[in-house]
Amino acid sequence: MTAFPSPLVGYLLVAAVLFAIGLAGALVRRNAIIVLIGIELMLNSANLNLIAFWRFGPHPEALTGMMFAILSIAVAAAEAAVGLGLIISIYRHTNTAELDKINRLKG
Amino acid sequence: MNAVFYLLAAITIAGGLAAILLKHLIHAALAVTVAFGGIALLFLQLDAQFVGFAQFLVYIGAVAILIVFAILLTHGAELPREGVFSKSWITALIIAAGVFAVTGWAVLQSVDAVPQRNTVPAVSVHDIGNALVGRYVLPLEIVGLLLTAATIGAVIVAMLEKERSR
Amino acid sequence: MAANLDRVFILLRDWLIGFLPAAIRPAAGVVLGVIAIVCVFPGLFALTTVFERKGLGRMQNRIGPNRVGPFGLFQPVADGIKALIKEDIVPVTADAVVHFLAPLTLVIAVFMEFAVLPMGRNMALVDMGSGLLFFFAMSASTELSVFMAGWSSRNKYSMLGAMRAIAQMISYEIVLVLSSVTVVMIAGSLSLPKIVDAQNHYTGVFPHWYIFTPWGFAACLMFAVAATAETNRSPFDLPEGESELVAGYHTEYSGFKFALFFLGEYLAMFSVSGLGATLFLGGWSAPFSFLAFIPSWFWFFSKVMLSIFVFIWVRGTLPRLRQDQLMNFAWKFALPFTLLDLLVTALWHFLGAGWQRWVFCTVILVAAYVLMGLGQERHKRIGHRTYRYAD
Repeated sequence: MTAFPSPLVGYLLVAAVLFAIGLAGALVRRNAIIVLIGIELMLNSANLNLIAFWRFGPHPEALTGMMFAILSIAVAAAEAAVGLGLIISIYRHTNTAELDKINRLKG
Repeated sequence: MNAVFYLLAAITIAGGLAAILLKHLIHAALAVTVAFGGIALLFLQLDAQFVGFAQFLVYIGAVAILIVFAILLTHGAELPREGVFSKSWITALIIAAGVFAVTGWAVLQSVDAVPQRNTVPAVSVHDIGNALVGRYVLPLEIVGLLLTAATIGAVIVAMLEKERSR
Repeated sequence: MAANLDRVFILLRDWLIGFLPAAIRPAAGVVLGVIAIVCVFPGLFALTTVFERKGLGRMQNRIGPNRVGPFGLFQPVADGIKALIKEDIVPVTADAVVHFLAPLTLVIAVFMEFAVLPMGRNMALVDMGSGLLFFFAMSASTELSVFMAGWSSRNKYSMLGAMRAIAQMISYEIVLVLSSVTVVMIAGSLSLPKIVDAQNHYTGVFPHWYIFTPWGFAACLMFAVAATAETNRSPFDLPEGESELVAGYHTEYSGFKFALFFLGEYLAMFSVSGLGATLFLGGWSAPFSFLAFIPSWFWFFSKVMLSIFVFIWVRGTLPRLRQDQLMNFAWKFALPFTLLDLLVTALWHFLGAGWQRWVFCTVILVAAYVLMGLGQERHKRIGHRTYRYAD
């Protein structure tokens, strides 16, 4: 494995891989919870990007990247809670958690 | 680039891949917990200790548990499963490879424009606290409001409805 | 002489790593610290098991183990040998990998918690800027291992026990964290050695420990309740109550894996007692200024053992709480009271030194406690207590 041109590029590539994996999972899987897991992976990869740029960029004492990441973690937790509540409620109603079966508004 | 970074990157990516490719939902949830742990350790590598420990506390301590509770409440773990990987694993890998090709090409093209500062930032928790109630007080309050609304909303959405009289 | 006795472990470590080449000395120092923690705390755990059984026995008017060694002191050796030679049964339908990993995850997460505790002057293994946050992060990781244990056993008792344990741990973790935040507000730092330094002053003879302040006393009470619930100890031990759920989430574990769960639970008790001692009881500082010649590590471990004794005492005294009573208590009493305590702590800080803040804070806290307690009891229909004695 060749050395990266700079450490930042290594972190950006890892974040890009995670984003791609999360996106693929959110698009391909049928179970709603795996889709949510894919979304959480995408949010995590964005956080990794933010912290990598905070660390290697100019003016890290302004803490912009770190603040963004902390608030993003909080928002992602809130969104996971609401999303999972919705999935549980839909399961009670339609007795399935698979997205290709929840394709009607009736009922 | 040291060996620790490669090891953590490998663990995280393996966890992420297992999370979207495995058929068994609980195993997928545990794999994504490993991925969360790997990302937290990568944050520690980047000298962001506060965010790293917050990632542990929030993602592994709360979001992962939410996910497994949701899997249990939607009876996702009870059916007998044949096969380890989900039916559409080829499609997932192709999409992932395609998206990574585009974003990875963009990253490698812009290597020269990327900042190269290498000294460790001297940031203490004190500074983070001051920033949170100083410059970033509005986002802090809005996120507090958002969390309150999300908690109340999640409870209402997932609450059992009252029995209607027949 | 007293200063040297205080530093005896640091001097021992420096002497031992002096034999090694200079390049690996820092790493070797840390490894020696880790070895010390891994030897000392399980040793204390062994002592505590026999302590607990004898103590509970005496409280229940019986003797406790007294066969193995003088006063039963070698009982943990017998227990250890038994655990090691028992057959390790894994149910056929159990998920073997997760079943194996669950006790490992628990013990690893709990051992990590010891890394930030200041066990004496300059004796914290790692002095991180956000040491308290690290402690809570590791404590949150134990919840996932409880779930893994309960789910992988494919047993309804285990699953129920795990669900109850997780719900209880999440609810009381909020109370634990918020009551620690009061200390952080006054000490001004998340780093545990700095919190101990902030308490290491004396007015005359009396120490400035936070438990002697009104907000600190209230926070310490809430911390103690939440710590008992976090470690699934009686009266909050419904998830593992023997008469309720067989053994809860560790029903299907036998032999060494069960011993690991047991070890994990007791080590969690030690680490949370250590945290309580650091935050509220002044860590390694002596109770009176004229006793400061006694080494600092002696005071730390005495406070930890005192907290363990209180845990055992409470276990032997109070009946078990039902799950809904437990959750009601957490969300309807403990959490509002802790939030109010945060407010009172801020008030304490901004009122400035003087007798006014003592009176004001004490009055607010006592009034809130009484009113909230009365509010909780309003639904009870308990008559006047009557006694019947055998004649």
